[in-house]
Amino acid sequence: MLHAPSRRELLLGSGSLFAWAYLPKLALAEGRDPRLLVIVLRGALDGLATVAPVGDPDWIRLRGDKALLLDGATPALPLDSFFALNPAMANLYRLYQAKQVAIVHAVATPYRERSHFDGQDVLESGLAKPGAVDTGWLNRALGTLEAADRAQAKPTNKPQNAFAVGPVTPLVVRGSAPVMSWTPPRLPPAADDTVMRLLDLYNHTDPQLARVIQERMGLAAIAKAGGMGQTPPGKAPGGGAAQVRAYFEEAAGAAAKFLARPDGPRIGALSFDGWDTHADEGAASGRLSSLLGALDGAIGAVESGMGDAWKETVVAVITEFGRTARINGTEGTDHGTATVALLAGGALKGGRVIADWPGVSEAALYEKRDLKATTDLRAVLKGLLKDHVRVSDKALASVVFPGSADIKPMTGLVG
Amino acid sequence: MALDNKPLDAKTQAAVALHRFGFGPRAGSLASIGSDARGAILAELDRPNAGQISDSDLLTSGEAARAAFNFRQERKADRLAQRAEREMAQNEANKAAQAAKEFAAKEAQASAPKTDVPAMEAAKPAAAQPAKADPGPGIPQQIFFEEAKARFDSALNAEIGFAERLVWFWSNHFCVSADKVRPVAGAFEREAIRPHVLGNFADMLMAVESHPAMLFYLDNARSIGPNSVAGKRQGKGLNENLGREILELHTLGARSGYSQDDVTNFAKVITGWTITPAKEPERGGEFNFNDRMHEPGAQTVLAKNYDDTGHEQGRSVLLALARHPETAKHIARKLARHFVADDPPQALIDRLAKRFADTKGDLKEVSKALVLAPEAWDAPRTKLKKPSEWTVASMRACGLALSDIRRIINTLNLLGEPLWRPPAPKGFSDENAAWLDGLPQRLDIANQLARRVGGLVDPEEIADAALGPLASPETRQALSRAESRPQALALLLMAPEFLRR
Repeated sequence: MLHAPSRRELLLGSGSLFAWAYLPKLALAEGRDPRLLVIVLRGALDGLATVAPVGDPDWIRLRGDKALLLDGATPALPLDSFFALNPAMANLYRLYQAKQVAIVHAVATPYRERSHFDGQDVLESGLAKPGAVDTGWLNRALGTLEAADRAQAKPTNKPQNAFAVGPVTPLVVRGSAPVMSWTPPRLPPAADDTVMRLLDLYNHTDPQLARVIQERMGLAAIAKAGGMGQTPPGKAPGGGAAQVRAYFEEAAGAAAKFLARPDGPRIGALSFDGWDTHADEGAASGRLSSLLGALDGAIGAVESGMGDAWKETVVAVITEFGRTARINGTEGTDHGTATVALLAGGALKGGRVIADWPGVSEAALYEKRDLKATTDLRAVLKGLLKDHVRVSDKALASVVFPGSADIKPMTGLVG
Repeated sequence: MALDNKPLDAKTQAAVALHRFGFGPRAGSLASIGSDARGAILAELDRPNAGQISDSDLLTSGEAARAAFNFRQERKADRLAQRAEREMAQNEANKAAQAAKEFAAKEAQASAPKTDVPAMEAAKPAAAQPAKADPGPGIPQQIFFEEAKARFDSALNAEIGFAERLVWFWSNHFCVSADKVRPVAGAFEREAIRPHVLGNFADMLMAVESHPAMLFYLDNARSIGPNSVAGKRQGKGLNENLGREILELHTLGARSGYSQDDVTNFAKVITGWTITPAKEPERGGEFNFNDRMHEPGAQTVLAKNYDDTGHEQGRSVLLALARHPETAKHIARKLARHFVADDPPQALIDRLAKRFADTKGDLKEVSKALVLAPEAWDAPRTKLKKPSEWTVASMRACGLALSDIRRIINTLNLLGEPLWRPPAPKGFSDENAAWLDGLPQRLDIANQLARRVGGLVDPEEIADAALGPLASPETRQALSRAESRPQALALLLMAPEFLRR
């Protein structure tokens, strides 16, 4: 299934754009033509390594030599007197200064366990608890919007029913509202993370297979260096940092071009994998730094791909949960609770970090290990859906995020 | 992995039955096998039409050969017509170019600094041919796809799949290559292998060695007895290829005591075993014994004298080879190696060889003996599934049905086991060493499959359904800790318990 169309056909899911086939009528009637792109990061993003609380007195004690600092070896980028951005995110920093980025910190879904699968289900379903569900909050939000017109642009609405099992639409856009899909021609590189996990499994259970993976994939180097950038070119099955970056950029840039077209879709979703940084996280230089750089490149690609439409755009980057506040025994972080949501776009009232900061002292940590959640992610998403694309309060509380009447939409994010 | 020799409980036996003797579990397979795994496997052999494909739309090898021949003739006629057209157009263009050149030369004389660009432009249209519309796969390729689809449908839909696995084993033992016989590679398996996988080895041997695909693949179709009518007239002669491979690969096995004289004499015996030319509308592409190519006279093979009885002479030698003790040993070793271990226990080989000899090559009895042999269950699960077995097992585990057969064909190309295209008459290797190198490519495929279905399935459920008691705690932990469902699924398909059987 490699090379030629056949391999490409299979690659549905990660990096694919799934978009609503219509234009929102109500917003159009106000003379606006809003765009919303949701980017789901699978694997749980370390919010503290993305936006570091450098002004928190407990910060250095918490992360030790892994703490991002304003005067570190790779200095973090100051956002305000308290928070600083990971140095790999130059685009985001530039947009922040142009007041086109807002960051919500110490944010989490209502999910308080630590399973990726369940966490992603809650993140995407919009329900308060994991469980059997087959529709996502974004799709249900679309279902409540009145449509002005059908989008004509490619992604073509040619059904993907050529496949035995259809394209794996991310849960967040699954549902009855019609969704089109498009997949970048470039292949997402096989995640080094998957290879490392496999190697770990083989090391414990099957030395012969471990040897093959190590020899054939030239991974000894990666394991030692702990960073994706160390992959000898042409050795690994795909995942050099440059390739990851190129893939993210291509997928996001193309998505933006679709959303920018006058006759294109307006609301879509992408997902990127690889954020489960249990070992050798490399926030300042290493794996997470590479991934954040790739994400930063993707946001830059959305900005340029949108062209003039950027001023009517909101990109919401969300993840299932955060990671442990402290560094674990393998220089990584384990599954945690609160994290960041990154919002970017010309439509945002940006240039600020929005946080009811819980602190990172021993006593402040959730279950003595995680950043405590003080903002419900649903409030952020409800705020965007309400003020940007005009989903009604009632629909938000009952249909989009059922049972969330107590969670008020965050106001003033756009406009 | 369970590398020890503890007696297996019923559930583990069911899982081993599916992985070692079948194509791996589908949802619910483990439960439906029940407590008697051996009985479940044997029951599959007793089903009517076990190992058969009943699809009346598939062409016989004769029909396929004739269809391919007609197709090639039409293509050839098209090409000739197109060439004539091209040549005509080229002539016109050359004339135009010449005229433009002359014009440019005149202009150049009139006003000095002009170039000859117009002449070059004038010549262009002839060079740039309009792109031809893709005619799609030709007839031979279409037939190949149909046959491939029927084969993989059988494997994907089998309950356990032991009969199908036997088909694959024998098809590889008696392999032909689609590189040489594309339109009939599938028909060969259906016509020469499938009817006999649970029948008699001698019958399979006869069917295989007289099948047009084999006669063409190993060149016997053009082997001519030097003293035959055709041999004397054309001055052409013997081709030993098929005769040698029958002895070395299909029956006795390499270094089992036969001599070069045996090879040469046997090759003479089977001269005249050939194919009716495909252009014959009635029997084209079918087996034909051509007496005029057959070497006259008695021949000695393996110290036994065979009178010249024409076609029957070859059949007599094949029957003797089928009943030869070395053949029993060779087949026994290959079966044990395929199903159990690269270096199978001698007791198992002996047991199978004895059953083969005792039943005069009754393959159903030999297959039963394999399933009932304790060694076949006690052996550690170290054997790497071949790429084709692993691909089918992965699809079964994921609940994927067959949609586009080209996807499977491309997968097998990538993994180094292209369908019906072994590198040599020996077939694809049955040893781990040959397949270990392809592990990174398998990961690639696993990732793609996982991306396709991974978001929709519960990895723990699939682990229960696909591995059940075989899943090690380490594997279960790796799955539960995966960062996404697709990743968990990829890890499952690449887990040692799933790769090995």
